[in-house]
Amino acid sequence: MALLFSKTHEWVNMIDDTTATIGISDYAQNELGGLVFVNLPEEGDDIVMGDAFADVESVKAVSDIYSPVTGTVAEINEELLDAPEMINDAPYDAWFVKVENITETEELMTEEEYKAFCEAEQA
Amino acid sequence: MNLIFEIGKEGRGLSLLPKCDVPETSLPENMKRQTKLHLPELSENEISRHYTKLAQRTHGVNNGFYPLGSCTMKYNPKVNEYAASLKGFTRLHPLQEEKYAQGALEVMQMTENSLSEILGMDAFTLQPAAGAHGEFTGLLLIKSYHTDRGDTRRTKIIVPDSAHGTNPASAAMCGYEVVSIPSAEDGCVDLDALRDAVGEDTAGLMLTNPNTVGLFDKNILEITKIVHEAGGLCYYDGANLNAVMGQARPGDMGFDCVHVNLHKTFSTPHGGGGPGSGPVGCKAFLADFLPGARVTGTPEEGLRFEAAPKSMGLVKEFYGNFLVVVKALSYILTLGKEGIPEASANAVLNANYMRVKLSEKYEMAYDTTCMHEFVMDLAELKHRTGVSALDVAKGLLDYGIHPPTMYFPLIVHEALMVEPCETEPREVMDEAVNALLELYDMAEKDPEYLHGAPHKAVIGRPDELGAARNPVVRYTFED
Repeated sequence: MALLFSKTHEWVNMIDDTTATIGISDYAQNELGGLVFVNLPEEGDDIVMGDAFADVESVKAVSDIYSPVTGTVAEINEELLDAPEMINDAPYDAWFVKVENITETEELMTEEEYKAFCEAEQA
Repeated sequence: MNLIFEIGKEGRGLSLLPKCDVPETSLPENMKRQTKLHLPELSENEISRHYTKLAQRTHGVNNGFYPLGSCTMKYNPKVNEYAASLKGFTRLHPLQEEKYAQGALEVMQMTENSLSEILGMDAFTLQPAAGAHGEFTGLLLIKSYHTDRGDTRRTKIIVPDSAHGTNPASAAMCGYEVVSIPSAEDGCVDLDALRDAVGEDTAGLMLTNPNTVGLFDKNILEITKIVHEAGGLCYYDGANLNAVMGQARPGDMGFDCVHVNLHKTFSTPHGGGGPGSGPVGCKAFLADFLPGARVTGTPEEGLRFEAAPKSMGLVKEFYGNFLVVVKALSYILTLGKEGIPEASANAVLNANYMRVKLSEKYEMAYDTTCMHEFVMDLAELKHRTGVSALDVAKGLLDYGIHPPTMYFPLIVHEALMVEPCETEPREVMDEAVNALLELYDMAEKDPEYLHGAPHKAVIGRPDELGAARNPVVRYTFED
């Protein structure tokens, strides 16, 4: 399954047309540095495209994580709550939430496009 | 290095208790402690050496340059300590009758009056214990005002994205919804974004000016006007007052209430946990809501405490951190009307002196004349060499210089924010500039060396991540 990426550095894995898991990219975890805390929504919460749905805390700062989709939280990855370092160690395995009933998705990038986007952002 | 629990021997002590001159009595069994009381047992010279050793492993403003500036570590003149150690102040009981504490009441009144004049306000409370507590109190003033008028629709506080993190936190503590507005390209408030954000639900705006990137917002009069026209009030975060004290007054900029950090701008210590002091000032129309007992009357007729008619109650017991207030008043009176503007002028001059010299190599986040501090942006250096703001900050330790603020404000990603303060001589700043320029060259020549810095400091790189993930905050005894 190919991952898609948002401009705010989240990845989206579409499981079917209306269900997806969301996490943050390798670039994002690298920029944030070692994570020490993660705040996730609750199951059943509605999340809205473009709005923050979670936050992560590094040694440097607390940062919002934005939702690339509108939908309902079906599941959260509770393992992350006790082990936020999983996000640093394996960002593409460390999904934050599984969202269902997706009604809206922002324009996302393929891995190739996202790579170019990050390079442009750094330059 | 050993902890104090790990040195000494059982039975060793510092002093002997005098002979008991009252009849002995014993506690009931159930009130006696069941476990061993682990007190360190050391002789006086062991204790003295232990703390001297600790002191040698830290770096304070008495050791060398400390460019975190007034934000953290402005130099605290010794005369302040003298004033605060006078027995008339230290032996005063908070419940002492007013007539026996007239001097202390006069100190409070003089401080309130001096702060009112410096900030352009009409009244002050000395209760809040520090900056964020002051923010909270200031917002409660705003809330009391709207509620008193029966205007309960105002549920939102506007905060620019460059604000100190305490601003949105204080607003949330007051039950407000926080509306964050983006900064414009120049680091100042985006007027259009502000116009879009205000409305019938706006309770107020929280603003630091000069802002967290060290720039004075030239649109300040327009900003406060926009908020006022929407029916909101304007709150001034006094964190950066050191740049403008005696030069410009928040009251004249259109602010309705303010907090000042006595432990920053007015040179009372707050390293190592304070205590701080964050008095809150306001315009006359808000004075009725101020918390706590306020001093009224004149020294000639006798001073007394009186609560404001619609007071919000207490935000702290008694009169705040009174001895900190004594230190601040001592500073204000020592500098006087001429010295206070001279201090802020020198703070700004020193910051610009360093900024221009460092511009030779470092990229400035905002390439313009700054106020008391400036922000360097090391993103390009990091991209090119891999050396981050953290690496440069650690490298500075090898020069015996405390690093400046790093990774703040958050809107600049690889930020180093330098605030030299008014008290540093030119040679000290030259030394720091040379060190930073050398570190820049080193980043290009040998990035690996800087990844491992500091090399000469007593402590290398503490494991910040490990400390945050698995904090050990309590000593565990074997038995």
